[in-house]
Amino acid sequence: MTVAIQVEQLTKHYSGGVKALKGVSFSVQDGDFIALLGPNGAGKSTTIGILCSLVEKNSGDVSVYGYDLVHQRTQVKQHIGLVPQEFNFNNFEKVMDILITQAGYYGITADVAKPRAEHYLKALGLWDKREARAMQLSGGMKRRLMIARALIHDPKILILDEPTAGVDIELRRLMWRFLEEVNASGKTVILTTHYLEEAEQLCRNIIIIDQGEVVVNTDKKSLLASIQTEHYLIDLPEPLTNLPMIDGATITQPDPQTLDIAWPKAQPINQLFAQLSEQGVTVLGLRNKSNRLEELFLDMTKKSSDSATMGEKK
Amino acid sequence: MNQFGAKQQWTAFLTIVVKEIRRFLRIWQQTLLPPVITMVLYFLIFGKLIGGRIGDMEGFSYIEFIVPGLIMMSVITNSYSNVASSFFSLKFQKSIEEVIVSPTPNWIVAVSFMMGGILRALLTGFLVLLVSLLFTDLQVEHALLIFLVMFMVAWLFSCAGLINAVFAQRFDDISIIPTFVLTPLTYLGGVFYSINLLPDFWQNLSLVNPVLYMVNAMRYGMLGHSDVPIEVAMGMLLVFDVVIFVFALWLLRIGKHRQS
Repeated sequence: MTVAIQVEQLTKHYSGGVKALKGVSFSVQDGDFIALLGPNGAGKSTTIGILCSLVEKNSGDVSVYGYDLVHQRTQVKQHIGLVPQEFNFNNFEKVMDILITQAGYYGITADVAKPRAEHYLKALGLWDKREARAMQLSGGMKRRLMIARALIHDPKILILDEPTAGVDIELRRLMWRFLEEVNASGKTVILTTHYLEEAEQLCRNIIIIDQGEVVVNTDKKSLLASIQTEHYLIDLPEPLTNLPMIDGATITQPDPQTLDIAWPKAQPINQLFAQLSEQGVTVLGLRNKSNRLEELFLDMTKKSSDSATMGEKK
Repeated sequence: MNQFGAKQQWTAFLTIVVKEIRRFLRIWQQTLLPPVITMVLYFLIFGKLIGGRIGDMEGFSYIEFIVPGLIMMSVITNSYSNVASSFFSLKFQKSIEEVIVSPTPNWIVAVSFMMGGILRALLTGFLVLLVSLLFTDLQVEHALLIFLVMFMVAWLFSCAGLINAVFAQRFDDISIIPTFVLTPLTYLGGVFYSINLLPDFWQNLSLVNPVLYMVNAMRYGMLGHSDVPIEVAMGMLLVFDVVIFVFALWLLRIGKHRQS
């Protein structure tokens, strides 16, 4: 299998002594859909910044499809399309001009860029806005424009830094579908996001970075399999004053008519219902609590934070 | 995946130049009209009203004498401010990142932005020349030299504008140099007078002002007269052009423009 991105012992120290990356290593396979997760300030954006030549690394090696970032930067740049976290286009320019201009920076002439721009603008629901100036677009439209712009030079790798931040659910799902199509067309996609549901839904592999270090680098299935507890939300017909006592379960009550039950994955769920019935609790509905990844993420980053604190104490 | 060869580089160059031309034409009320209005006032007040009482300067009518300097003044200001404001706007809006992530090499980024400034400077210089025809006859002694001087001066100040924008952190930072450095140097650079009128001390002091050589080179091209040897003026201009361009490239190479 071809390696799309190889990162070895990447470090970055900002002026002022902030160590953003402390030897980050990972690899991304060609055609993968990978989530790069981590709390704010973990080093995700710095890693992306280095891959996209926006930030200079201090040490370590980066190669993209075998091209070295330092010695073959031009080829590396041609392979990557970036959707940054913040809007970074000229607000006075028209949507179509932004795409044609970006293609020009990659040496692509307007006659080649125009059909591509049309394709992506239509796919992302922006075709009607092609003559609008960027400043006239809504936040969601601007995000989609940045995705179209990142793809205009037909890169093999698409990197998205929190692409759905502040985007409503309907639009987010439209963007998810689009990203799945992009990935299905053979492009490698790297996604950073705070919506862990998004990572769970879209990605095959997951890398968690915390405090400048990779704490998890595995496929999503094994990661989710490592979760020992399943969370269920149980809807009740009427408010419950006393919490039921169930063997093996941890129960909280987010609101009077809902129970949040943490249940051991290995234990049959029938036992839960049996005990609830015994104690006279009527179940109106059952939902599997989403964001399983969130639990794991919090757990992993907490562990990393605890060990760092212990390290400091030493 | 294609290499970024000469064809791709040419496309990238044209992309930025066309974008820059579109920008200054779109806001012509801010970029092209003000220099023309300013120069009409200069011609009217200094050239006609006051100049009529001053009499000849170095064998030319006063208005003939100041035309080359005023064209040069317009070239200097416009080339500088075009690149300074355009490049800083990119930094301010972070759209400079669009260029940085692309394979467009730094030297093309520098030259193409500068070309935007040069073209605006040449266009305003030409407009000022047209305006001057309302007040005096056109004199051209060395046409090619006129173009060369305008181009080289515009190159120099476009590059200076780029450097200013690279260092600038706020919009105020791109008006400091024009206000406190360029304007005094231009006014004291022999636009309105011949340095032969000055006492020896001020005459010698004027010789360290680089704008003096540019104004006189332009005057030589139009009127065939210069206070300084034309070879010296052109030689200095060439050295300035090379040194400042190398410095600008170095700044881009170390990524100074990435810091905003």
